[in-house]
Amino acid sequence: MSAKSENLFMVSLKDAAAGGAVALALFGVLIGMKAEVASGLGGQLGIEYRWAAVAIAVAIVFGGRLLLNLFVWKTDKPVTATAKGFLPSAKPLAKLGKYAMPVFLILAVVLPFLLMSAYGSRGSRQYLDLAILVTTYVMLGWGLNIVVGLAGLLDLGYVAFYAVGAYSYALLAQYFGFSFWICLPLAGILAAFWGIILGFPVLRLRGDYLAIVTLAFGEIIRVVLLNWYDFTGGPDGISGIPRPSFFGIEFERGPGGFADTFGLEYNSIHRIIFLYYLILIMALVTNFVTMRLRKLPVGRAWEALREDEIACRSLGINTTHTKLTAFALGAMFGGFAGSFFATRQGFISPESFTFIESAVILAIVVLGGLGSQIGVVIAAVVMIGGFEFFRGLEEYRMLVFGLLMVVIMVWKPRGLISTRMPSITLSGKKAKGISADLVQEGHG
Amino acid sequence: MDYFLQQLINGVTLGSIYGLIAIGYTMVYGIIGMINFAHGDIFMVGAFIALIFIVAFGITAGLPVALLILALIGVLVISMALTAAWGWTVERIAYRPLRGSFRLAPLITAIGASITLQNFVQISQGARNKPLQPLISGGFTLSDGGPDGSGFIVQLSYSQILIIVVTVVLMVGFTFLINKTSLGRAQRACEQDRKMASLVGVNVDRTISLTFVMGAGLASVAGLMFLLYYGVIDFYIGFLAGVKAFTAAVLGGIGSLPGAMLGGLLIGLIETFWSGYFSVEYKDVAAFSILAIVLIFMPEGLLGKPEVEKV
Repeated sequence: MSAKSENLFMVSLKDAAAGGAVALALFGVLIGMKAEVASGLGGQLGIEYRWAAVAIAVAIVFGGRLLLNLFVWKTDKPVTATAKGFLPSAKPLAKLGKYAMPVFLILAVVLPFLLMSAYGSRGSRQYLDLAILVTTYVMLGWGLNIVVGLAGLLDLGYVAFYAVGAYSYALLAQYFGFSFWICLPLAGILAAFWGIILGFPVLRLRGDYLAIVTLAFGEIIRVVLLNWYDFTGGPDGISGIPRPSFFGIEFERGPGGFADTFGLEYNSIHRIIFLYYLILIMALVTNFVTMRLRKLPVGRAWEALREDEIACRSLGINTTHTKLTAFALGAMFGGFAGSFFATRQGFISPESFTFIESAVILAIVVLGGLGSQIGVVIAAVVMIGGFEFFRGLEEYRMLVFGLLMVVIMVWKPRGLISTRMPSITLSGKKAKGISADLVQEGHG
Repeated sequence: MDYFLQQLINGVTLGSIYGLIAIGYTMVYGIIGMINFAHGDIFMVGAFIALIFIVAFGITAGLPVALLILALIGVLVISMALTAAWGWTVERIAYRPLRGSFRLAPLITAIGASITLQNFVQISQGARNKPLQPLISGGFTLSDGGPDGSGFIVQLSYSQILIIVVTVVLMVGFTFLINKTSLGRAQRACEQDRKMASLVGVNVDRTISLTFVMGAGLASVAGLMFLLYYGVIDFYIGFLAGVKAFTAAVLGGIGSLPGAMLGGLLIGLIETFWSGYFSVEYKDVAAFSILAIVLIFMPEGLLGKPEVEKV
């Protein structure tokens, strides 16, 4: 063993010991001593000591840090470099990226049939439910992408519009007996209206001030929904929300139902498949509209606004209109998704519209890579799909989710898909992806 | 009038707690320009650590007063140190690798850190709320409701006095630290221009770490105060308190220490008076609405410096 590697080992050991000491300070109290209301003490708090758990936690931190130091961080030949050799380099992957979109699309379209043939109609139900959930988040991510990714306005209260959409449908159906297909556009319009209401006062705000006001707005909507008992049912929520029909044909057993009309055998999975296609189409419409809008003057104005608001104003772009359209459109798609959520669940309560939801949607947009549509899909599949994967470990789920957010962001600060396609190029030149390092996002 | 006085006392107490948390937000925002979303959860961790030591040391209201005060100071010091370690770790793991990255990246890791802390405490300490027997009882009765006993009884409890006194002492000490010591000077330098500060020999990383450590220390004081005042905590208290405190920091003008304190007091007062005179349910709505209104007319907050837009 040479002197150098000896030195490396000592340095690594010292560093790992420091890490272990910090871990001891952190976990010693919170893991090692659990304050619990003991039954024997007459309802008073007692301490339950768990030093073994602390020892394990500290050992994991110490060992992990030592190994990482020895083999990755401090050595000249990190293992990751060797591993990189086996992985395909980025270039062919970029070519593959061109085909990713159609492949994803085809996969999404045939997914129910794949699942049906693999698991049967009974077994595939849970996977379809998961697919519906992921697609809902994809749609929400795409909607928020208009506000955050394109217009560069940081919105921490997006779930408010989701809630407005859901409650619009539920209340309209409850009080007026409107069907899903009438309520869907109405919910979108109402949400867009709320988007404008929120947009007006916050037009003058920038960056983080905007973030906190939108967060406050989201909380206000939730608190009002929670406390306006006579109208919204308060914490009890609204139940018995009508299910959507296939353009007037209900999914029910017997004559006149969906199965009967199309000469199929009745199966409850039909409705699930229908819901899946419904949200898939809604999400694709969101994507289509966004992609087209990007090419229109208003879409270019959004991106210009994201890059530099002052330059925007000096070029004569009406920033008020630009911001309001972004807010309204983002909110509208949130509202659509909300009314879909209401009809799928059949029951809604303010519990479903907490700040965590906003954070999850924002995380999907940012982790996917701001402004990247396909990035949102990948992030939604990874985060929501991965989240459901941990269902067995119920209580550790959110912990893993939070850790994942930190780890992915530290690993790829620009998001998973960080190249951007320019929305406009000089004629004759082929559009080339721009590395995210060259794109400076604005401070709007 | 008596009712008003009682609400005023309660409002100032609550406002002091918010103010202590708000300082952590405002310092971090001032120095690296990010919303430290996990700060509310650091406050929660501080409250939990304090609770655990109070129970483990067997501190109860039955102890002699002098011993009780000494014990509480001991708990305070330990929990400040341990909470500061949490603050330092969060900064080291979630924020430092992203320094110089784009603006939204640390915000997302902050939200991630907040979720992680919340769920870590939920798992390690259990989801049920933890009631603590009141340690400091009694107080001054400022008005006993008049000779016929029909008026409103106004009380200023010892725990309220304690909270207000501790807050004032910490504020004075802190203002001294920021304005007179070399650490405070380094912090103000980093706030103005990080690159320039590093050129003249300020250790920027260390200064930022210390900012987080101090913020976490103050948050843990707020945690202990919260515990003493309300007597019950759970793993979720950090979120709402954090949002309110950040609202307070923005209201007072983010980046300004007196502003954070003023904002905290205002939010506390608005909340208490709203629940005292109108409805308890909508107190959060009132606080947030005031924030929106203030920001629309004074986007830089009450005591903040107007931001100059540069091309």
